[in-house]
Amino acid sequence: MTLTRVLTAVAAIVVALVLQVTVFPHVAWQGIVPNLVLLVVVAAALTRGPEFAAVIGFVGGVALDLAPPADHVAGRWALALVLVGYLAGRLRQGQKPTTTTVVLTVAGASFVGSSVFALTGVLLDDPGLDVGGLLTVVLVAVLWDVLLTPFVLPPLMGMFRKLEPEQRVLV
Amino acid sequence: MRLDGGFSRSRERRWRSLHDLDVPRRPSRALLVALVLASVSLITLDHQGGADSPVEPVRSAVGAVFGPLESGTAAVIRPIAAIPGWFRSHDSLRAELSALEAENAELRSEVATSGYDRNRLEEYDGLTVAAENLGFALVPARVVAVGSSQAFSRTVTIDAGSDAGIRPDQTVLNNDGLVGRVLRTTRTTATVLLIIDTGSTVGGRVGGSMAMGFLEGRGDVGDSGLLDLELVDRAEVPAKHDVVVTWGSDGGAPYVSGVPVGRVTNVFSSIRETSQRAVIEPFVDFGALDLVGVVVPSGTRSDRAVIEADGSLR
Repeated sequence: MTLTRVLTAVAAIVVALVLQVTVFPHVAWQGIVPNLVLLVVVAAALTRGPEFAAVIGFVGGVALDLAPPADHVAGRWALALVLVGYLAGRLRQGQKPTTTTVVLTVAGASFVGSSVFALTGVLLDDPGLDVGGLLTVVLVAVLWDVLLTPFVLPPLMGMFRKLEPEQRVLV
Repeated sequence: MRLDGGFSRSRERRWRSLHDLDVPRRPSRALLVALVLASVSLITLDHQGGADSPVEPVRSAVGAVFGPLESGTAAVIRPIAAIPGWFRSHDSLRAELSALEAENAELRSEVATSGYDRNRLEEYDGLTVAAENLGFALVPARVVAVGSSQAFSRTVTIDAGSDAGIRPDQTVLNNDGLVGRVLRTTRTTATVLLIIDTGSTVGGRVGGSMAMGFLEGRGDVGDSGLLDLELVDRAEVPAKHDVVVTWGSDGGAPYVSGVPVGRVTNVFSSIRETSQRAVIEPFVDFGALDLVGVVVPSGTRSDRAVIEADGSLR
């Protein structure tokens, strides 16, 4: 079952990544697209908890760092999404995710993820944007991710939940 | 202490069963630390390694997997993305036509007023372009994937790679002007660094005065990226609307000479800096990149038709 779960998560990441770089540039605002890989990580965090989400975050981040159009220093998205997966997983512990908590988690996760990525760029002296530009990009990305949440999160969370029914029996 | 701990644990167990939680209460810190360390070491490896970093082979392996997926998806999406274009009204087309006519007239008057110097330079330019172009051919390719602004770098993937004869550090252009240069290739795709990326530097020459300088991406948010031109000769002042072309490097790598880059829109000089700075608006619309050409040496073996310098297809 674990293997199926991991394979499905990897498949979700691949689909999210390909859509993110090929389809969404057609509807992007100023080149800013929704971060679908981050949404997959948040869905994993809300259903399966911080450990699984951190691993998925690492895999998705490395894919974002290495798949073709990317040219930044590898590992930056990996670090950002590991933290996002862990924090989002910790936040939701103890309650069943409601619509409001899902939307708030996505907004927070998107903000933290993009900011961590931007900050590592500043630390590495990657020539990037000025502070105003960074903030614009991060906030528009949050808006995009929240906008896509009602369409992307429910099916993903349903998928992650269905993947391991026997653990519920064990508890 | 022990009593307390035992109490909270038992309460926890009850609470968990009540709420049917399926994750352990205490997530392992060790896993988080391990993953963060893995990410940080990956960053260090790639950052220290530079061009020949150990991550580069992994990058091309991942590229070989994702490249065909991106090309395939882009091919499926292209006709769908074109649908809004069909529904454009007669009025909007008419408005665009008159706008284009006005722009055409403006351009014509610009050309007419720029005088003798300009014509002479254009002849020289044409001559050098023709001379340089001998020995180069174009491999046509389409943009299949675009890096997002969240990554703060401006790169695209094109659907032609080493099988099509493309190598790193080759010039990429389209029919408007210079697009960028090839960073790395896989068998079927190549990654292109756009000239509006902050990490991109292009040697440029101002058409009106032949003054040389360096063009750097400004890194603005948005599709209409601007470039900064810094001239080597501080006494030179580029005129507004002057055209900037590439200056070209030895052997045409990474940029061949004579490719139009953009137009001077603004000039300013600071007392502290020792050179003039000009803002260049590129000719290429980076928000709508599709068909591009990669400049390859003439006679390159390719898996597709190659456009030779004299315009013939091979």
